[in-house]
Amino acid sequence: MLTVPIEIQILFAGLLFLLGLIGLLVRRNMIFMLMSIEIMFNSAGLVFIIAGNHWKQPDGQVMFIFILAVTAVEVAIGLALLLQVYHHYKTLDADAINKLKD
Amino acid sequence: MNLFFYIAAVVALISTIMAISGRNAIHSLLYLILSLLAVSVVYYLLDAPFIAALEVIIYAGAIMVLFIFVTMMLNIGIEKSTEKKWLNPRMWIIPSILTAILLIDFILAIKNIHVSPADHKVILPKQVGISLFSTYLLAVEIAAILLMAGVIGAYHLGSQKKKVTHRFLEKK
Repeated sequence: MLTVPIEIQILFAGLLFLLGLIGLLVRRNMIFMLMSIEIMFNSAGLVFIIAGNHWKQPDGQVMFIFILAVTAVEVAIGLALLLQVYHHYKTLDADAINKLKD
Repeated sequence: MNLFFYIAAVVALISTIMAISGRNAIHSLLYLILSLLAVSVVYYLLDAPFIAALEVIIYAGAIMVLFIFVTMMLNIGIEKSTEKKWLNPRMWIIPSILTAILLIDFILAIKNIHVSPADHKVILPKQVGISLFSTYLLAVEIAAILLMAGVIGAYHLGSQKKKVTHRFLEKK
């Protein structure tokens, strides 16, 4: 039986989310940006599981399954867009794709 | 039990830091897989064994493999004499230590659990399934539509061969 205080568990999820956010803001390589978004999705799911465990309800796990579906779609579309970007620009630098900026 | 949680949390945080700060995309992806495995140990400790299995199978098994496929397709971070770099212990010693810590943590956590389900309420996959297909039926259908949109969108984006650029954006 886990008796870690729920504040510590939420803190762990928050730290993971923070790491993902830092990665998204700092890295300019688009693969790393997608990976950081993955980390943030995962930590959001972790908060749902923690809350579901705290109140002993299955709803947290149901929400995690929905997050899983959303993540799968996001990764598929994101990687397809990334392949197109690499095909056109021969780079994955997010700062190089600024044709719309005028 | 609490010690196992803290060990898994520390492994997850360290490997996530290594993942977002790495130079080589493949190394970062492997660190990210390690982070997901550590988080799945946390799920197991949080009485959600079904979600722990889903995390390993779908996140670490399917989504990360997709990432690795694309990274290898784009030929990012390939260098000469790669094998000589791999044989350098500096390359693999930290992930090996972290993975060994996680494995020992998980084995000890499994061995130490001997509470009967009567006094210790674990949410079983059956309850999750019943809730999923009764209370959340509409959300399941919306998720199905979203997945179909994802399939169509990925097919459309992936099958485009010719360059689609507006004529004003063409370089002269």
